[in-house]
Amino acid sequence: MEQNYNTRRSFLKSLGVTLGVAGLGVSSGVLTSCSKVSSVSPEGKIRLLTPGGTLVEVDASQLTPAEMPSLTDNQKRGRLGMEGKSWVMVIDLSKCRNARQCMAACQNHHQLRPEQHHINVLQMQDAEHTAPYYMPKPCMHCDNPPCTKVCPVNATFKRADGIVLIDNERCIGCRFCIAACPYSARVFNWFEPRDAEKYEGVTYNIEANVPQKKGTISKCLFSADLLRDGKLPSCVSACPNSVYWFGDRNEDAVTNGTTKETVSFSKLIRDNGAYTLMEELGTKPRVYYLPPKNRTFPFEGELIEKGHQG
Amino acid sequence: MNEIKSPEESRKSLDRIFRDLTRSITHRDEMSRFWLFILVMFAIVGVWGFIIQIQRGLGVTGMRDYVSWGAYIANFVFFVAVSLIGFLISSTLHLLKIEWSKPISRVAEQVAIAAVAMAGLIIVMDMGRPDRLQNVFLHGRFASPILWDLTVVTTYLVISVLLFYLPLIPDLALLRDRLTGVPEIQKKIYTVLALGWKGNEEQYRLVTHAMRILMILIIPVGLSIHTVTSWLFASTLRAGWDTTIFGPYFVSGAFVAGTAAVVMVMFVYRLRYRLKNYFTHHHFDMMGKLLVFVCLVYLYFNINEFLVPGYKMRLHEGIHLRELFAGGYSRMFWFVQIAGLILPIFLLLFKYFRRPFPMFLISFLVLVASWFKRYVIVIPTMEHPHLPVQNVPDYFKHYAPTSNEIVILLFGFVGALIIITLLAKLFPVISIWEYAHQQGIDKKYLTEKPENQ
Ligand code: SF4
Repeated sequence: MEQNYNTRRSFLKSLGVTLGVAGLGVSSGVLTSCSKVSSVSPEGKIRLLTPGGTLVEVDASQLTPAEMPSLTDNQKRGRLGMEGKSWVMVIDLSKCRNARQCMAACQNHHQLRPEQHHINVLQMQDAEHTAPYYMPKPCMHCDNPPCTKVCPVNATFKRADGIVLIDNERCIGCRFCIAACPYSARVFNWFEPRDAEKYEGVTYNIEANVPQKKGTISKCLFSADLLRDGKLPSCVSACPNSVYWFGDRNEDAVTNGTTKETVSFSKLIRDNGAYTLMEELGTKPRVYYLPPKNRTFPFEGELIEKGHQG
Repeated sequence: MNEIKSPEESRKSLDRIFRDLTRSITHRDEMSRFWLFILVMFAIVGVWGFIIQIQRGLGVTGMRDYVSWGAYIANFVFFVAVSLIGFLISSTLHLLKIEWSKPISRVAEQVAIAAVAMAGLIIVMDMGRPDRLQNVFLHGRFASPILWDLTVVTTYLVISVLLFYLPLIPDLALLRDRLTGVPEIQKKIYTVLALGWKGNEEQYRLVTHAMRILMILIIPVGLSIHTVTSWLFASTLRAGWDTTIFGPYFVSGAFVAGTAAVVMVMFVYRLRYRLKNYFTHHHFDMMGKLLVFVCLVYLYFNINEFLVPGYKMRLHEGIHLRELFAGGYSRMFWFVQIAGLILPIFLLLFKYFRRPFPMFLISFLVLVASWFKRYVIVIPTMEHPHLPVQNVPDYFKHYAPTSNEIVILLFGFVGALIIITLLAKLFPVISIWEYAHQQGIDKKYLTEKPENQ
């Protein structure tokens, strides 16, 4: 699972496999991040606590021991990123019906309180008479990130594979990065994080930013821990409406989180007139949007408060 | 400088000057004790608020994910601003060979030291993890404006302390030799701090020389400290902060706040320590003119800052400016502009208002407005990010400081006042030897032991 290089095929294949296992909640990713062995029963079954908080029982023989990287190893590899990759996300606004399953999955994965969003589905209206639409907004993982520039301690940084990550073991909580981010992508742990007791003693996984820590920053990480296991980010797989495409720009392939269909990234954004958010700021986002055209469902949100059109 | 006096005359007037200018040290009454008591009480409450904040998290403040910098940052900017007066009065005016400002130098340095020291503390109190302060040294990234700020703030503090201390040395020797009626330990402190000053030509030459170097050094440092502070904002992409004139805009605003602060301290000293003949009408008159001058410069930058974007009303700038001119922040905005800028300029054009008491009142108004000015710079911009604020509780959308936050904010003020009070209780508030020199008293009388001892 640690292979740094994946062909397009093996990426898809491992995706299928891990999806199967994910149902059991015992894929290595879960193990490495934060499951605890509860007990071993006589028949060789093992009970595990998944990150979602449910107990599952699996046959011990099915398990491969996952290596728990030490904190420093984890931080080191988390800083390097995955070699040869260049992650991108494409969000199809014509499909988004505000199901918000992405938000829920994300909050579960990253130990977030209900008001903390790594991804937030916004109701948008660009100008007075234009049509309103829903816009999921994760971190843009900019290639010219304003947030990492201002960090005084290098606690937030850009990896070679394009992901902007946070080291909450180092963050001093100055919140300069929040002020610098034009996409409001960052959240802060103003209090003890959600379920702090449950995560006590769990080794920090920098690629999931779990456990969260009081007084430090958090934000979308493209589920870097899942990517390492060959899986798609939580929000992408959680969407029931085929909104998200995710993949590797180097391989020119993106996979749809709902249909699992894989297509050419460049063709997808070319054919659909993709754009990036506030490109005039020069931040060079890695998240691309397909315009909200030809929608077959009504917009049911409230109309936008005045003066808040983005 | 007055004409040379006879020896008796010199000795007599030196004694008088010494008595007057050490009154702040020797003078002890209920009032001073009460004053210190109140300050310490407030400080304790502030520390207690800070402990609660450490325990529960920064969530005890009104800040949330959108308005993630609140009144603490406004307070920080305010104190950095006030501290700039030190460099304006005790360095720039000195180098320009302006005479009237000399007796005010020490007050300006007191204010500068107190303000910049508190600014440093306030920024630590704003951190989510003050326990990780060492990371700034372990992992400091020099590309971050915070590091620049840290560097210049500490440098400024060091130079200001030196600028306070060096011209104090001859005075310390005087205190060592002449002061009576203070505890032994205090005398000891003077003796140690006086560094065995004898008052010969060589020593004076050294002090004057070192002072000159410091006065020149502090100019770039002083300018950078507030310029860099303004870059904390200007280096972001937010409407209202994303402008190129923030550096000079902040620096000129700082002079307004600092001048007002110095006038207030001068007035209190004049009253409490009966220094009418030292902080004279002339001084207040000149400080009034200085205040008008810096206000005019600041007004010029304000016009630039608001008129140009206000003319264009680009989307986000427009939202921001509408909020200031006519929206939720309009009352605060217009109070700041009128009370802190227009009114003082107008009133201080008249000589009548450049007298001590009216100056005190006007300065108070200016200082209050200066604080709210920083508030209006920091908070409205944060309330209006580029993207709509949605799916969060309502109290995320508007910021107001909580009571816990307010006691920590007040801590900044009482902390600064405690520092100023202690400095005034320990050291003369006007340089005795420089003043004596200005009065035409020869240096040799300074080293004489007074006969009546
Ligand atoms: S809040 Fe943390 S991550 Fe953000 S700039 Fe400050 S130290 Fe860096």
